[in-house]
Amino acid sequence: MHARVLVRPKAGILDPQGAAAQRALSQLGFAGVSEVRIGRLIELELTDAAALPEMCERLLANPLIEDYEVLLDSTS
Amino acid sequence: MKFGVIVFPGSCDDVDAQLACARVADVTPLWHADHDLQGVDAVVIPGGFSYGDYLRAGAIARFAPIMTEVIDFAAAGGHVMGICNGFQVCCEAGLLPGALLTNESLRFVCRQVSLDVVNAETAFTRALEPGRQLSIPVKHTTGRYYAPDAELDRLEAAGQVVLRYAPGHNPNGSLRDIAGVINEAGNVFGLMPHPEHAVEALTGSVDGLGLFASLRDSLTGVVV
Repeated sequence: MHARVLVRPKAGILDPQGAAAQRALSQLGFAGVSEVRIGRLIELELTDAAALPEMCERLLANPLIEDYEVLLDSTS
Repeated sequence: MKFGVIVFPGSCDDVDAQLACARVADVTPLWHADHDLQGVDAVVIPGGFSYGDYLRAGAIARFAPIMTEVIDFAAAGGHVMGICNGFQVCCEAGLLPGALLTNESLRFVCRQVSLDVVNAETAFTRALEPGRQLSIPVKHTTGRYYAPDAELDRLEAAGQVVLRYAPGHNPNGSLRDIAGVINEAGNVFGLMPHPEHAVEALTGSVDGLGLFASLRDSLTGVVV
């Protein structure tokens, strides 16, 4: 089974990396990008998805500063 | 009186931390893979890049074998000082509130900063005069202290904000200029600046010694 975990900086937390990318887009002439936030994509191959929330809570994300979303790809 | 300094793969300030501890007490290194604190009276978690700081700073080290003992030691009232990466490890382990994020500048900063001693009544600052300013270096990329607003209010009201960057000295965008915090019970202290690099006049400052001396005095019951 293939799973993807999307880890994002929580709303309201300053993301200087996203802000730098936004400024760079603006300098390249891409108008109208009002915000860029950069997180992390974690891809897992695993046999049982039941423990994924615990994996996220304990290790893959820090729930104080990050939101996470688990996406299961059942076709693979 | 014996201090223990944890050595993780990737620690780089463990030797300086041992030298600083040796100014005030006996000291022994504690290997990350052991389940043994060797009877030490206090634990120092030093700076560096434990386990490469992969994923998030301190996120892997927090599950090192020795950390099981450190967490039990702290729960039983044992004194723990986390410096820089050690502060990150303590936050990841839930021993301290908050988290350390990438510097607002996105840059590694390495400079001497001035710190205001906000709370001089803790086990780690009791040898310092209240209102004293310390000159201690920082060197990190992931030092921006963060906690939710309500938690910051609570920490300030409870005296858990121990050190602040002096006005104009915040090197990383830490909320409310916070440089060091203590847990509610008062036995776990974390700070981003490096007091172990400020114990010798030859390198610019001896202001870090007061933190190690405070800890020794607390453990020996010296009345200030």
